[in-house]
Amino acid sequence: MYLLFILLFPLLLGSFLLIAKPAKAFGLALGGSIIELIISCILLCDANTGKLPTEFISNWIPEAGLKFALFVDGINGILILLTALLVPFIIGSTAGSEKANDAKYQGLILTMQAALMGAFLAKDAFLFYFFFEASLLPIYFIINLYGSENRTKISFKFFVYTLFGSLFLLIGLIYVYLRTPGNTPSADFETLYQTASVLSTKEQSLLFLAFFIAFAIKMPMFPFHTWQPDTYTVAPSQGTMLLSGIMLKMGTYGVIRMIVPMFPAGIANWGNWVIILSVIGVLYGSIIAIQQKDMKRLLAYSSFAHVGLMSAGMLTLSNEGIQGALYQMLSHGINIVGLFFIVEVIERRTQSRDLDQLGGITSASKVLSIGFIILSLGSVALPLTNGFVGEFLLLKSVFDYQLTIGIIAGITIILGAVYTLRMIQKSMFGNASKFSINFEDLTISEKLVIIPLCILVVLGGIFPTVVLNYSQPAVDLLSKWIK
Amino acid sequence: MSSILFIPLLPLIGFLINGLSFPKLSNPVAGIIGTIPPLAAFALSLQLFLQFDGNTQIVPLLDWISVGELSIPIAFQIDQLSLLMLLIITGVGTLIHVYSSAYMSHDEGFGKFFAFLNLFVFFMLLLVMGSGFVTLFIGWEGVGLCSYLLIGFWNKKNSYGDAARKAFIMNRIGDLGFLIGIFLLFQEFGTATYQEVFEAIKAGNGSNLGLIAFCLFIGAMGKSAQIPLFTWLPDAMAGPTPVSALIHAATMVTAGIYMVIRANVLFEMSPEVLHFVGWIGLATALLGAAIGLFQNDIKKVLAYSTVSQLGYMFMGLGASAYTASFFHVMTHAFFKALLFLGAGSVIHAMSDEQDIRKMGGLKSQLPITYITFLLGTIAIAGIPPFAGFFSKDEILAHLYHHDIVMWALAIVGSALTSFYMFRVFIVTFHGDFRGTQHQADHLHESPIAMTLPLIVLAVLSVIGGIINLPAFVGGNEFLAHWLNPILPEGSHEALEVHFASLEFLAPLAAAFIPAIFAIQLYGSKKAVPAADAEISGIQKIIYDKFYIDEAYNFLFVKPIQFLSQFFYSFIDFLIIDLLVESTGKFVKSSSNELRKLQSGNIGFYIFMMVAAIAIILAWTLKSWIF
Repeated sequence: MYLLFILLFPLLLGSFLLIAKPAKAFGLALGGSIIELIISCILLCDANTGKLPTEFISNWIPEAGLKFALFVDGINGILILLTALLVPFIIGSTAGSEKANDAKYQGLILTMQAALMGAFLAKDAFLFYFFFEASLLPIYFIINLYGSENRTKISFKFFVYTLFGSLFLLIGLIYVYLRTPGNTPSADFETLYQTASVLSTKEQSLLFLAFFIAFAIKMPMFPFHTWQPDTYTVAPSQGTMLLSGIMLKMGTYGVIRMIVPMFPAGIANWGNWVIILSVIGVLYGSIIAIQQKDMKRLLAYSSFAHVGLMSAGMLTLSNEGIQGALYQMLSHGINIVGLFFIVEVIERRTQSRDLDQLGGITSASKVLSIGFIILSLGSVALPLTNGFVGEFLLLKSVFDYQLTIGIIAGITIILGAVYTLRMIQKSMFGNASKFSINFEDLTISEKLVIIPLCILVVLGGIFPTVVLNYSQPAVDLLSKWIK
Repeated sequence: MSSILFIPLLPLIGFLINGLSFPKLSNPVAGIIGTIPPLAAFALSLQLFLQFDGNTQIVPLLDWISVGELSIPIAFQIDQLSLLMLLIITGVGTLIHVYSSAYMSHDEGFGKFFAFLNLFVFFMLLLVMGSGFVTLFIGWEGVGLCSYLLIGFWNKKNSYGDAARKAFIMNRIGDLGFLIGIFLLFQEFGTATYQEVFEAIKAGNGSNLGLIAFCLFIGAMGKSAQIPLFTWLPDAMAGPTPVSALIHAATMVTAGIYMVIRANVLFEMSPEVLHFVGWIGLATALLGAAIGLFQNDIKKVLAYSTVSQLGYMFMGLGASAYTASFFHVMTHAFFKALLFLGAGSVIHAMSDEQDIRKMGGLKSQLPITYITFLLGTIAIAGIPPFAGFFSKDEILAHLYHHDIVMWALAIVGSALTSFYMFRVFIVTFHGDFRGTQHQADHLHESPIAMTLPLIVLAVLSVIGGIINLPAFVGGNEFLAHWLNPILPEGSHEALEVHFASLEFLAPLAAAFIPAIFAIQLYGSKKAVPAADAEISGIQKIIYDKFYIDEAYNFLFVKPIQFLSQFFYSFIDFLIIDLLVESTGKFVKSSSNELRKLQSGNIGFYIFMMVAAIAIILAWTLKSWIF
């Protein structure tokens, strides 16, 4: 029941907020998201030790053999943790703004959380697909109703772009599903693994592409990324946090959960190209980020670069690559939400995100300076921050896969430092501009968002084994499918 | 065992207290909280050193990363090498903390400064105490971070921020090499722990050793400012002077030498890499010394001098003279820290003036600084019996037997060193005062907290040579015997040099003659280095540092900036996005066309229906017929 709870609770609370529009929406939403986090943590711990069931199965469309099946293992556990952990911060980040008590806004965030949880919890591929698509609705409205200028065009483009990709996923899914043995076909992941992995190389290669394009657009991966910088920039901060912190992980999760175990022959055929494309994306995104002036756009390209490394690592199919990608999903979520929040904090006070208009903020706020630096260090993967663990494992996996590609991917640690330090210097150091001259120190609620995130950055860098050991058994199981 | 953990823990605690409570603590309190950790760590290190029984001690700390077969622990290794490094770091570190408590006393970021210094000491200790390459890497990048924070300490000034970024980024270039070296180690040995790796190598396992050594050395080139990754170090002088002394002279920049000595088993298996190390060191030593000849910023001269001296250390490593190089690491820590702190004392007295052309005649006003700076100058110039003479001569003696050409060029570098150091010394302290009246009124000797470290370091610079005094002049070669267990056989022996030989006399000549020349030129004739506008010809090229920064800018920075714009404006917007948008437009326009079919005209619909049925029928008929 815990499984069902963490799916339905945010959905019900979110719907309540959307329909009843209570006045104290902020408190309700934040409290609810914290309850969700606590229950999720209990579920993850106890399901892991066997105290709680790891599955919830009920009929959905019995005629078609589709089940409403939820489960938790070491792999989706990381994503559930990520989703449950970040949403309280995302909701908390509205404190003090006019959106805090906007019931509609908070309701959309919570329904978004439910959809994301659903996608990560699903044990049935069609259920996954359902939530994968369903998550588009709340985020579409978040961008369309609360975004900045051009939001209609950009949110529409984002919507169509991702929908376009998912269609291929649907077609591919149906194809595999129809091939499952038995009287009624099944879309249970295990069944799909067994069915798909023995399909002919030609079938697998085509299916690989069909699945991959959906996930590649979601992540996004080069060259399917052009929806991303605009969308991240136009979306309200919380929308950007949801997109970059959690939603893009549906793409990377999809690769690990479905593509990796289902299409070994497909990966053998295309994996090399995808890894190369990913590494191109890593450098391409990093290089573009170097000259960006808009902090949000800069972070969008940096996020794009980070995700590229994840997808390269995963497709090496090595233990390090998959574990590294999982760990990096968690770290990247924490870091990017923190960084986008810092941009929001700066924009609230200066009405600007333009690096040329900022500067000299560091003397105005100690917590902001330290927080910005710690989160950035996580992002540039300094050892003893969470970012290092993932990046080290990912780079090692790519390096072990192929030396030259590994070295080229490694350039990211240099370029990452270039654009991140430039961002820090131009916003925080130097003399204050007319925009940043009267910069007020952070409020308590703002500190309460930044400080815990920074602590997580450091803890995640020192004690990664807690998480790595949690996901290890599931990854080992996955490795068996690969073989 | 527990005391071992306290050594890095104390500075970390100091960092946390000062970092979290800044700016609430008063300066004296923050200074004391900041100075106690390195002092206590020094006491603990000394105790460890005195009690050391010759057996390497491993202290496991944390099972850091474990994934599948990969397991990376964090553990400390206490042995001959790490103990000496501990003493240097905490010892010199303590002196510099004491000095800073006075030097920085008027700075509003006082507590923050001590927090950063403590954090640096923590990472530096981690670097030398780690029991494997990954722990080394953690410390390695950590000190890089502290270096970044401290170079850009006065971050209001954009050029300082630029210098800080440059240091971090250039180090990261080296770190990529280091990281690849670590990956290769894992591929070859499945571990990056020193003992396991070195035992495997000694047992004859592992291929690719040359490549691994080369990659690790790329890291060393970044951290220890060797060609081509040296240009960050002179810029790093933007940081407060105690930082230059601690990080950019005595400790962090020698991490590369530490690494090579630590991995001597690996490097010994790759003679061609050692050869490369030696020549890079030589080239850097000469380039640094040449640029140092005509610099007029007192800290810049010392910075290029550091680059050059680090080159000497690598030259020694290239000749497998590990003891000699480490000896030079130690004596250099003494005299270069001394010179930097002396320069700081001068800058302090001169109200932040750093140009030696605007100084002169300071010896009467700053007697302690004057004497100690002189002792440091003599030490670095290689004049016997000061510390620098013995350590540099030991490197030269090894070079003499290793490669006579390198030796000869190293002697030239020595001569340049002696000249530029005496030039700076004389122009700063002798002759007439050339500053403003305002500066003249404020000239004063520094307080005791600053002069005391100068005196201690000056004493060490004078007598430091006894650590490894060769047997033929009556020493006991302590360092060589001490390091013997961790070094390859034979490399530790101090070579005997005959007094009347070229080998002995040439370094002496290289030390004395340029010194006398500099004293003549700048002292007796009272020449003052020319103003910027009057510098011309080759001198101008050297003064402008051979335009290496400009070349890097042209070769790397500009192209990347261009690519960035090109990718963003052209590929992203014009190609990819246009493709996407036009797909969308195509769909939209075709749907516009198709929409016209839904005209609402029932007659048209019926017509279409009939037509469709006819087509389907025709299709079915076709299959019946054929």
